[in-house]
Amino acid sequence: MTSRRFNKLAARVGFWGLVALVVVVAVFPFYYAVITSLKPSGDLFRVELWPSTWDLANYVQVFTQRSFIQAIFNSILVATSVVFIALLLGITASYALGRVRFRGRSTVLLVILGVSMFPQVAVLSGLFEVIRALNLYNNPGGLILSYTIFTLPFTVWVLTTFMRQLPMELEEAAIMDGATPWVTITKVFLPLMWPAMATTGLLAFIAAWNEFLFALTFTLTDSQRTVPVAIALLSGGSAYELPWGPIMAASVIVTVPLVVLVIIFQRRIVSGLTAGAVKG
Amino acid sequence: MTSTVNDSAPAAARPVSGQYRSTKVRRQRVRAAWTFLAPMLVTLALVAGWPLIRTFYFSFTDASLSDLGNVFFIGLENYLVLDDGRWYGVLADPVWWRSVWNTFFFAIVSVSLEVVFGVIVALILNAEFKGRTLVRAAVLIPWAIPTIVSAQMWAWMLNDQFGIINELLMTLGIIADPIAWTADASYSMWAVIMVDVWKTTPFVALLALAAMQMLPKDCYEAAEVDGIHPVRVFFRVTLPLITPALMVAVIFRLLDALRVFDVIYVLTSNSTSTMSMSIYARQQLVEFQDVGYGSAASTLLFLIIALATIAYLYLGRKQLNLGGDA
Repeated sequence: MTSRRFNKLAARVGFWGLVALVVVVAVFPFYYAVITSLKPSGDLFRVELWPSTWDLANYVQVFTQRSFIQAIFNSILVATSVVFIALLLGITASYALGRVRFRGRSTVLLVILGVSMFPQVAVLSGLFEVIRALNLYNNPGGLILSYTIFTLPFTVWVLTTFMRQLPMELEEAAIMDGATPWVTITKVFLPLMWPAMATTGLLAFIAAWNEFLFALTFTLTDSQRTVPVAIALLSGGSAYELPWGPIMAASVIVTVPLVVLVIIFQRRIVSGLTAGAVKG
Repeated sequence: MTSTVNDSAPAAARPVSGQYRSTKVRRQRVRAAWTFLAPMLVTLALVAGWPLIRTFYFSFTDASLSDLGNVFFIGLENYLVLDDGRWYGVLADPVWWRSVWNTFFFAIVSVSLEVVFGVIVALILNAEFKGRTLVRAAVLIPWAIPTIVSAQMWAWMLNDQFGIINELLMTLGIIADPIAWTADASYSMWAVIMVDVWKTTPFVALLALAAMQMLPKDCYEAAEVDGIHPVRVFFRVTLPLITPALMVAVIFRLLDALRVFDVIYVLTSNSTSTMSMSIYARQQLVEFQDVGYGSAASTLLFLIIALATIAYLYLGRKQLNLGGDA
């Protein structure tokens, strides 16, 4: 009896130890970035888990750089525009794919899936040419255009799965009343699709906010860069002395909104991710 | 996701009711469907289809970044050419083959680790305990952090002189001297893998958790009544049942890992010991301005990933049919 109780206790301790380990591993790097960003530059190279002195100098330095403010603005502009376009094109496309049976639908679905599996480098030179031809090089417009390559297939895919789950009777009633497909979408489905659109939009926003390869390749000057590129290219005078304080401050600034969004909408995000993968 | 395209598609859009099959309403609906699809298809053609064709085309030319309009067709010279008794081209470049090896090594090792850790984390989150929502939120944090930012954070923690990892390992007496994690060729690939595993394990964990929560409760109750050890239950019941969902996560992650770019670019930049295929192609394209040669590398990368996808779709469908689902 006692050994059994001991085993039970050991299992509980082991379980909570595992939980603690997972939480520490998940959170610590971010925590360390936060405290590094709050240290004065003199203390930067002393390893400690709790800073002895606090200092906002790194944040002041980052926020007084015009190019960083501009980068935040560019990122917001690009990500929101991409989300808007992807949702607009995605909602109509997902109605067609989710509610109407027509020849060629599986092919369209396969094409969408194929594009979402695409290695982005494979289109780099061709896309570069397109962007230059449209006069969008070194311009947020070029990024908005190129980001549809990964946001659009994803949005269509997830919205299609959500669209399929809506009951058939709704549409039947609309058809009986003589509603055209456009009216059916805007009046019947759109009000019901808001939660799904919020989820998809959020995930597309995160993807666009984090994108790096296109942003690095299709922009040239500081004033047109997005946040990830600005952070990757933040460097001091020499390659050996990176300005770690400001880098960590900038990292924290762009990450905090995302972490807050994720914590608030974690249920939605989980359902969106699994709808895109498991149920699809 | 991939394997179920054809299985779930026919069931998806049942005709609203039998009576209006091939009537005016139905024709109108099909026409509307194509109208609704058109803007999306045109956009995808503009940003994906056409650029892909152009990349294939450039790979047979001597195009350079500064002058894309004026190009000469040079056949397969970017891929492989014999000149003066020596082979040139992407396929003859040891750095390319190194990057192919690196990419596959990175993809297979990091995805395997992510699956193992992801399942463990999912098992934890699947248990009922106080503060589960909080733990789940904490687990999601690495996923929410931009790859560039997580690469920078880890670069700082792995810093050879002032990094906390070296400090910790030295205090514990595991290593005697600081390790140059990102610069030393024998450690840098592992540093990259570690950062990637840290960032993407949450994704695998969420998919595994979603699969676990759909499992029927009664076989667990039966197992408990019979006094079967939980580890045995995991390997005999849980694991086989969540394997289809895990396979989806694996293929997603594999395809993602095969095109890896940003984490390597920030952690180790263009060092050959960690260079991936994407890094190689972009370096040729942008830094060396050699669009022809870079496009050849991009085309090869595309073909490799396409082959992997087709193989998966083929195997996935076969497996699904065997499972008696179809």
